[in-house]
Amino acid sequence: MNFEFTEEQLMIRDAARDYVQREAIKDVLERDEKSEFPAKHVKALGELGFLGMMADPKYGGGGMDTVSYVLAMEEISKVDASLGVIMSVNNSLVVWGLQKYGNDFQKDKYLPALCDGRQIGAFLLSEPEAGSDASHQHTTAEDKGDYYLINGTKNWITNANSASVYLVVAQTHPEKKHKGINAFIVDKNSPGISLGPHENKMGMRSSDTHSVMFTDVKVPKENRIGDDGFGFTFAMRVLEGGRIGIASQALGIAGGAMERAIAYSKERKSFGTEISNHQAIAFKLADMAVKIENARNLCLKAAWLKDQHKPFGIFSAMAKQYAADIAMEVTTEAVQIHGGYGYVKEYHVERLMREAKLTQIYEGTSEVQKIIISRDLLHD
Amino acid sequence: MKILVCLGNVPDTTTKIKISDNKLDATGIQWIINPWDELALTRAMELKEDANNLVDGVSVVSVGLASAEPTIRKALAIGADEAFRIDCEPTDAFFTATQLSLVAKDFDIVLTGIESSDYNGISVGGMLAEIIGSASVSAVSSLNIDADKIIVSREIDGGKETVSTQLPVVLTVQKGIAKDPRIPAMRGIMMARQKPLKVIAATSTANLTEILKFEMPQAKGKCKMVDAENVAELVNLLRNEAKVI
Repeated sequence: MNFEFTEEQLMIRDAARDYVQREAIKDVLERDEKSEFPAKHVKALGELGFLGMMADPKYGGGGMDTVSYVLAMEEISKVDASLGVIMSVNNSLVVWGLQKYGNDFQKDKYLPALCDGRQIGAFLLSEPEAGSDASHQHTTAEDKGDYYLINGTKNWITNANSASVYLVVAQTHPEKKHKGINAFIVDKNSPGISLGPHENKMGMRSSDTHSVMFTDVKVPKENRIGDDGFGFTFAMRVLEGGRIGIASQALGIAGGAMERAIAYSKERKSFGTEISNHQAIAFKLADMAVKIENARNLCLKAAWLKDQHKPFGIFSAMAKQYAADIAMEVTTEAVQIHGGYGYVKEYHVERLMREAKLTQIYEGTSEVQKIIISRDLLHD
Repeated sequence: MKILVCLGNVPDTTTKIKISDNKLDATGIQWIINPWDELALTRAMELKEDANNLVDGVSVVSVGLASAEPTIRKALAIGADEAFRIDCEPTDAFFTATQLSLVAKDFDIVLTGIESSDYNGISVGGMLAEIIGSASVSAVSSLNIDADKIIVSREIDGGKETVSTQLPVVLTVQKGIAKDPRIPAMRGIMMARQKPLKVIAATSTANLTEILKFEMPQAKGKCKMVDAENVAELVNLLRNEAKVI
């Protein structure tokens, strides 16, 4: 066992922290209010290498490990969870998925621009009637010989408007059920793609979320990822790793709320003393710290296993479920510690609480994570 | 043209300082590049990136034990080409300047922060210039290269002074020399270990000063709130308790 981080891991954590504490913090409240995409921060994070952190340097990636990724996601999400999810989708779904399962042509063509932030990617799996139940894809990809024809609707797509590269999951052979599903790389500007309105969300309002409609969208054969019928396995494998990103995002949201709660409790006075001197408040802080430390250890264990090329799916499910649930608890308590001030926007904790809620829902709800974990326990 | 930036390894500026056995208690301290030195490094990188300046390379040097290497490698990650570590504990300004001179004598422009954020001595830069026999300008807030000389400006009382100087030169720089310190990019972090970090044996020299003791600042008294209506009470407290009027 070794709980020490390497010098590089610490340098990455500090770089992420320095960037968001210096830059993203300045307009995070305004972007939340206006639902404004953080284009300049995404560009800057791309230049610093945070959008393709784990990709092979030969494609312009950072060549870093998943542990570094957890540390960076945590720091970024402490300040701005919207920036966190943009980064998570790009790194762990799009770039990782392409690097792991794409062929050389696809990797050479798409990865460099996705790694340095010239382009960002989106992952299109959820549908109006297929969220947690991802095997029932209604979007179709009809095999037309030298191309596929995609029709259908995808819902809740992060980066839908800002992305240039879509990874789209669709059904090619309905009779084969989930074994007939394929995944494709689709240029967002392809004829036949249209976007629904910007979703007016409760939290993560600075990330752009839309539904995406496909009407007779032609996709070249060479853009299919893996063999015919690999799409469902592709999506599930990618989401296994994606859970580490979202778990770390939830961890960061919780950590950001705790840091603000600690600072506030040392300033705010009631009954003649700082409220941190009241045991009712101090114990809340202690509970937060224990939960956050547990969540961090789960995230790092899943990341470490992934870095060792060992099975990590159960641990990433545990990390995602636990970190998301404690993010909700910790942010709610952080608002409570702030009292009335916590309920107004300038103190940030109500925003963190709204952001925490989504981590229990997307990339597999907390309930779906429990299905994954319990099936593993009960599997003979 | 070769630029050398001298780096101090100092406690993070948010560190709660503790003294034990008349020394800084280093337990749990996170070490950083002295903020003024980090700005000097930023300006050095900017100068190098403009090809018109004909800067051949930016090197960094630090006087410290192996524990200072993470700080030095951060400078390499930010973009310095090579680093030197002079292997000893920096004990006073003259001692540190003497050690730095081992490396600094080979450079055209040597930058040091105006002071270190831990001991605030404001002495090393001037001493270093004297030891290596180069020109020296203090409190520099802007630096540009003009062919074979450099143009710097310094804040003076009520205005700004612009100075031209020949090379080699030691400049102690202050806030304004660069806007923000740079954040190392992933590629830089990855490359940092592959860049040369040469360890140089310290030269034997004595300190000129000796620290007799440290004292913590007195704890601030409790804040007393006076009702806005009660001016007499305020005057009374200021006169008889705070004794400021």
